[in-house]
Amino acid sequence: MAHEETAPTLYGLMAEFDTPDALLHAAESARLAGYRVMDAYSPIPIEELSEALGLARTRLPKLVFLGGLLGGIGGYSLEYYCAVIAYPLNIGGRPLHSWPQFIPVTFETTVLGAALACFIGMWALNRLPQPYHPVFNVPAFARASTDRFFLCIEATDPAFKLDGTRQFLEGLHPVGVSEVAP
Amino acid sequence: MAQPTEHHHHRVATAAANDPALAELLARTPAVIAPGHTFESVTDSIGHLVLSKRTPIGWFFGFAIAFALLMVLNVTIAKLLLTGIGIWGNNVPVGWAFDIINFVWWIGIGHAGTLISAILLLFRQGWRTSINRFAEAMTLFAVACAAMFPLLHTGRPWLAIYWLFPYPSTMGVWPQFRSPLMWDVFAVSTYGTVSALFWFTGLVPDMATLRDRAKSRTAQVIFGMLSLGWRGSARHWHRYEISYLLLAGISTPLVLSVHSVVSFDFAVSVLPGWHAVIFPPYFVAGAIYSGFAMVMTLAIPLRKFYDLEGFITMRHIHNMTKIMLVTGMIVAYGYANEAFFAWFSGNKYEEFMMYNRMTGPYAVFYWALISINVVMIQLFWFRGVRDNLPLLFILSLLVNVGMWLERFVIIVMSLHRDFLPSSWDMYAPTRWDFGMFLGTIGLFLALFFLFIRFLPAIAIFEVRTMVPEAKLKAEHHG
Repeated sequence: MAHEETAPTLYGLMAEFDTPDALLHAAESARLAGYRVMDAYSPIPIEELSEALGLARTRLPKLVFLGGLLGGIGGYSLEYYCAVIAYPLNIGGRPLHSWPQFIPVTFETTVLGAALACFIGMWALNRLPQPYHPVFNVPAFARASTDRFFLCIEATDPAFKLDGTRQFLEGLHPVGVSEVAP
Repeated sequence: MAQPTEHHHHRVATAAANDPALAELLARTPAVIAPGHTFESVTDSIGHLVLSKRTPIGWFFGFAIAFALLMVLNVTIAKLLLTGIGIWGNNVPVGWAFDIINFVWWIGIGHAGTLISAILLLFRQGWRTSINRFAEAMTLFAVACAAMFPLLHTGRPWLAIYWLFPYPSTMGVWPQFRSPLMWDVFAVSTYGTVSALFWFTGLVPDMATLRDRAKSRTAQVIFGMLSLGWRGSARHWHRYEISYLLLAGISTPLVLSVHSVVSFDFAVSVLPGWHAVIFPPYFVAGAIYSGFAMVMTLAIPLRKFYDLEGFITMRHIHNMTKIMLVTGMIVAYGYANEAFFAWFSGNKYEEFMMYNRMTGPYAVFYWALISINVVMIQLFWFRGVRDNLPLLFILSLLVNVGMWLERFVIIVMSLHRDFLPSSWDMYAPTRWDFGMFLGTIGLFLALFFLFIRFLPAIAIFEVRTMVPEAKLKAEHHG
């Protein structure tokens, strides 16, 4: 019955700020202080945050290019297969492989492939949909989608120490600091 | 994405300080968002339209009318499927009539939504943010209405699948990709799909906001699922913004291609009145023109009845009127070009086509079209007209009438006087034609009423980036 809980009891420490400036400053300070495993949460996109957190550029554009390429090749091959191999029809003596007539559909399938790659790729790289995430355990986090800005330093960061990190976050003048249950 | 425009504003402000004329002009230009808004006030004033338990009585009134028209659609479709397309007025030589007129009309209306959400985003037009969401919704609903016409024109849509979509059927028959009608199937279905992806992507952060603000458990669960667990992480926002730009970049050539392909349905044929090189750009301009007219038709009552005048300001109304003026003038150029080439070609069939348009049995529709799309839109030059909302509402309805007439003129008037006088005939729509047209208006309005009740009609997170709080004050170095 007396089962010992060995899993980590803490996901991380989260500081709450009330302006985008404060969050950006906090993210920069945290990175300069040596923290790496952290994330910032905001109700609006803040372009400068990815640089402040030292995030790598996403490979989404490459995926979208590949999706477009596959869509284009797929669309053209489909037309070629239909018009030349599967169902050859003589239309006004034109060659079966009448490529200029195949361009509009090739264009549309290129767009479709790129758009699907963009949509699926973005959500997949973001690991969404994800119904549960520890940050939602913090009651104040409900305002992260309205007007509050959060920085969460995760417990898996090598530099993370419960007291030290808490002191560091308190030093950034947040509205509050909370422990995030896993 | 708000940052570059901020630099721009700064530069403009400096220039205005040195130039009294520019300062006066700026003072007369209404703001994109009413002053005094904060993150909280923006979120609350848009969010409460959805989360509020109270539905305005006017909503029920409007929805009831739309729903009644939607039932007309159901009846006409049932009748059509039971009887066949003989219930419509089109018959040889006028094989295309209301079905294609309404298809082109609806598809065209959709184009403004994509222009606002994609092209204006790439051009960094900050004012687009408060109108893009409902304009995109308008696109989706218009495409749904449009697609219904060619699909039902096949008479037995469930049998049409094998020649519309390439799949290995037991008959061994494959679609004919040399036909512009096939291009149309791919253009419209791609357009519908990409518009839906774009629209849903834009909704996700707002769904998270509504999830966090909802009081009822049902709303929390529904918005929670729709938000996909969005938590506003910086990593997510980074990819999100890139994907949004990429989708905008993809949608821009797409929207231009869709109405070009629609115009190929006509231009690739050899019929006088259809076989014209000007068709693709002229159709695209006409589409954007009619689409903005529909955005105006929806925006003017929406901002009034839902107190959204602080978000959809006179700046939006002015800008949209100006876009209508520009695209309307391109359309007018198209009419002039058609008439010029009918004469310049020296081809007597072309000459007769234009003569028949101007003096033939349907000439009244041609002159009605010219008086709306060429003469009436000149009113948009005047500031007094751009400030007069009731007048603008009527004018934008008339623009939609004008664009409907344009398709009538092109389609019916070119077909009814064929090459051989022995095959000439007149066309008149039946009540089922009108029923189906009114029915799709009902479908469109019903979907729109449901949309403004259950989803945020304005992109909350994008409008949040427009308030002063969102501006970064200090210089940051990463």
